[in-house]
Amino acid sequence: MAEKNKLSLISMSGDFDKVIAVFTLASGAAAVGYEVNIFFTFWGLNSIKKETGRRFLGSGLMARFFNFLLGGRKNLPLSRLNFGGLSPILMTGMMRGKNVATLEELFDASKALGVNFYACEMAMHVLGLTKEDFIPEVKDVLGVASFLDLSKGGQVLFI
Amino acid sequence: MSTLNLDITKERCPMTFVKVKLALEKLEAGDILEVLLTEGEPLQNVPKTAADQGYLILETTLVKDSIYKVVIQK
Repeated sequence: MAEKNKLSLISMSGDFDKVIAVFTLASGAAAVGYEVNIFFTFWGLNSIKKETGRRFLGSGLMARFFNFLLGGRKNLPLSRLNFGGLSPILMTGMMRGKNVATLEELFDASKALGVNFYACEMAMHVLGLTKEDFIPEVKDVLGVASFLDLSKGGQVLFI
Repeated sequence: MSTLNLDITKERCPMTFVKVKLALEKLEAGDILEVLLTEGEPLQNVPKTAADQGYLILETTLVKDSIYKVVIQK
């Protein structure tokens, strides 16, 4: 068999629609035999928090407020026409109605197919978060140099 | 040797081949997976991506209208 294909995604946005794109590509690529790495940074970190709702996480007053306002995977806003958080709920309903996988299904499939999750050390530092604030599937905390190293020789996408 | 059935006729990309891959992972070598799928993207890609990963496509048959059965051996 030829050398394994590889896809590395940089998940920067915490927007519901863009996070769906991240996990659609990740689960799809993993299902066709790709090695898949996702490097979560800044708002992307919201989708791998253990707490899926709004919680005062992190160290420092500002960081705790930021993390409360940002919330977790169940609070992600739509990038357009969010309507105070109503749109992601409506969109999930529309997706279910049309038999399109929801964010949670894509997220679970990505985990089940062994997609590698990594968290950005610098963004975690800014937001006062530690590895314990994330789901146990997060393999490691990395910086740019390590990400470049593990994505070398494959395709890289920034979302 | 066991046979598992999987209906992905109502699924959309990427869950079509995601569900096939998850089902294949559960099987032992030599087991059979019978997949019901629709023509178009699933019919083009499910057998191809399974074959690319070293699984054996035993048959592809038209069941009715635009529904096909693809038999894959692990």
